[in-house]
Amino acid sequence: MTIAAIDRAPSVPTELVRGRGGGGPAPKRIVVAFGFWIFILSDMIMFSALFAAHAVLRGNTAGGPTGAELFNLRNVFIETMCLLLSSYTCGLGALSAERRQPARFLIFAAFTFVLGAAFLFIEATEFARMVEIGAGPSHSGFLSAFFTLVGMHGLHVTSGLIALVYLVAQVIAKGLRAPVLRRLLCWSLFWHALDIVWVGVFTLVYLMGAS
Amino acid sequence: MLGKLSWAAIPFNEPLPIISMAVVLIVILAVLALITVKGWWPYLWREWLTSVDHKRIGVMYVTLGLVMLLRGFSDAIMMRTQQAIAVGDAQGYLPPDHYDQIFSAHGTIMIFFVAMPLVIGLMNFAVPLQLGVRDVAFPVLNSVSFWLTATGALLINVSLVVGVFARTGWMGYPPLSELAFSPDVGVDYYLWSLQISGIGTLLTGVNFVTTILKLRAPGMTYFRMPVFCWTALAANLLIVAAFPVLTATFLMLLLDRYLGMHFFTNDAGGNQMMYVNLFWAWGHPEVYILILPVFGIFSEVVATFSGKGLFSYRSMVWATLAICILSFMVWLHHFFTMGAGADVNAFFGIMSSIIAVPTGVKVFNWLFTMFRGRIVFHTPMLFAVGFMVTFVIGGLTGVLLAVPPVDFVVHNSAFLVAHFHNVIIGGVVFGVLAGINYWFPKAFGFTLDERLGQASFWCWLIGFYLAFTPLYALGLMGMTRRLQHIPDPSWQPLLLVAEVGAIVIFAGILCQVAQLYVSIRTREQRLDLTGDPWNGRTLEWSTSSPPPAYNFAILPRVETIDAFWHMKRTGRAPVKPAYEAIELPRNSRAGFVTAFFATVMGFSLIWHIWWLAILNFIAAVIVALIAGWSIEREYEISAADVAQMERDRLGQPA
Repeated sequence: MTIAAIDRAPSVPTELVRGRGGGGPAPKRIVVAFGFWIFILSDMIMFSALFAAHAVLRGNTAGGPTGAELFNLRNVFIETMCLLLSSYTCGLGALSAERRQPARFLIFAAFTFVLGAAFLFIEATEFARMVEIGAGPSHSGFLSAFFTLVGMHGLHVTSGLIALVYLVAQVIAKGLRAPVLRRLLCWSLFWHALDIVWVGVFTLVYLMGAS
Repeated sequence: MLGKLSWAAIPFNEPLPIISMAVVLIVILAVLALITVKGWWPYLWREWLTSVDHKRIGVMYVTLGLVMLLRGFSDAIMMRTQQAIAVGDAQGYLPPDHYDQIFSAHGTIMIFFVAMPLVIGLMNFAVPLQLGVRDVAFPVLNSVSFWLTATGALLINVSLVVGVFARTGWMGYPPLSELAFSPDVGVDYYLWSLQISGIGTLLTGVNFVTTILKLRAPGMTYFRMPVFCWTALAANLLIVAAFPVLTATFLMLLLDRYLGMHFFTNDAGGNQMMYVNLFWAWGHPEVYILILPVFGIFSEVVATFSGKGLFSYRSMVWATLAICILSFMVWLHHFFTMGAGADVNAFFGIMSSIIAVPTGVKVFNWLFTMFRGRIVFHTPMLFAVGFMVTFVIGGLTGVLLAVPPVDFVVHNSAFLVAHFHNVIIGGVVFGVLAGINYWFPKAFGFTLDERLGQASFWCWLIGFYLAFTPLYALGLMGMTRRLQHIPDPSWQPLLLVAEVGAIVIFAGILCQVAQLYVSIRTREQRLDLTGDPWNGRTLEWSTSSPPPAYNFAILPRVETIDAFWHMKRTGRAPVKPAYEAIELPRNSRAGFVTAFFATVMGFSLIWHIWWLAILNFIAAVIVALIAGWSIEREYEISAADVAQMERDRLGQPA
């Protein structure tokens, strides 16, 4: 483009280009939530690599136990329900926080914490039982992939619970102010994302692995 | 108590590492002593180490990259020398054990701790200025990213002194990198330094995607963004999409090595080719993470020094995005010889060739931008022209390698080494050097010496061709990569030419050091008082050099692409001031302190000092929790202060 062409380029007033990304810097709440979204997406990609590894290695049991021999679908179903319900209470908590109702928020946060902890407890007992019967992560390629994928999700839930306690402390200490609300928003995005990952784990690892 | 660590880890009986280590230690101690004697610590701590200003962080990234370039280059010239003399009966001066560490360290350092920091540093410096905003989306996170990158670089350098580095090549393929075949700490140094710096890079990606998509000056729609911002966006999208794969892959290898798992082992159902696939699912996008921002730099440089707008801006943007997508569909061309079969190889061969199309679009756009322009051959423009010629040659040999039958012949040969150095030196390095020469006056307020800059360009260009053209021929003659000893004496003449090339490149690096020194000494005569030394087109040139902490007293209003050029043409710069109070993020120790704990944690994990690792992990978490507790992270500059600073800057009376 020549200099003359630049001069002829249509010069649209700033006011008219809102909605086409021309509205200037976004408010902080949008920026923070959007950034956290991007982070969650990257986390999902990390999980997808672990899912891929599981898909490659699921048949490589090296003469050891298969998923069908190890999984107890009844327990896994209860576990799944705990996590899905905790997402529901997490949503109710987020609504209460938006409405500036700290007491209700704390009740729902407590429910969320208990359900998340129950999920972790069931997972930990499952892991312990498998290690006990000699089906630990170093037994075969399949079990390495299983423990790493499911365990990575469990680690995420654990850090989510720690973060929840931390944020509840912030709500109590500082109240539902804008920065605290932004952090709560990010936390609930994180918690729901863990649900999505778990749906994949439940389907691809447990249901398809047990058949 | 100290895990695997003992005095045996320090190679007292090997003169070469001990001497180089002593020299490095003396230099570091001398620098620290100088800072202490001169009383610079408070200034450094306040203005740089804890700074969350994107410009400062950018400068620190570039400094890190340049320092590590010296380290990576000394590895290179050692290898060149070994190959030039270890022919026939001669064994050279580097034993295989040491040579293997050197080529592994060279690749790892050049990719992760030279190219990445240089590219990310320039993005840090220029993107917020080009977007017309005051900082990135998450300034404290930005500082954390930098310091985690520095941690990785530090750990790699520690391996020079304490213990060994990997002998696996920079890709760390299993089963060689598994515990059974690499029982010492070399691979652990490789893995932990890249895991820690990889987290930093990932956070940079999150930060810049958010910044570019959500923080732009009023009126700056997507199709008014400078091309460098577009390419930075594409590169950061690639970081967000690719680096987690590397993290997961290294995690699996770490679990194999530390907990006896079987992801990539020979026995118990492991699968080595899974590592190779996952590694390159990250690795191929990675080369575009490096080259796309550099394409952006060249677009800015060519437009500015031709005195014209970029030819076909839109096709440049679409070509960038096409490359961004296509880069995920070609990873298998790194191992056509895996045996995936003709159909799979044909697909990836075709996809790899297709990438040449958008790249060709870009080259033609740059050429047409220069066509009938008023070209000024300043150093950045010389690098741009040198790049166009060199990169096209590298691209063409790449298209050759994308043809599977050809690849079977030259796979892992010196031809491949020549190809990727051709695109990385001729592309990334030339681009970064152009960018440094281009934006230096903006960062420091004075221009770099032109004569020495041009001398360094010619040394780099001629040195590159001398060093790597022989390798193309050697590859076709049958020379494989990573040879510690040359079996065929007929290769020696060409290897000697390559050695001369490496020495010429070294002269280029010396010219750059001299350029920096001379420019700083004579800065009074080369001050850039206008803020616009090149007659620039984009918004970074509309503020002063160096820009104030807040970049723009009033956010510019953007009405076209090449916004600043348009303002100059229509006589609307500088803007009429009606100053408002500005909120800026406070300095933060979080980055530096987290990186300190991450360094000790990485070191103790490498040496199996579990208690120290746990302690430092907990400390790092506590730092994060403390940093996340605060509510007030900004300070305010009042409108009156802004007005005063602007008057000082513009030299107007109060």
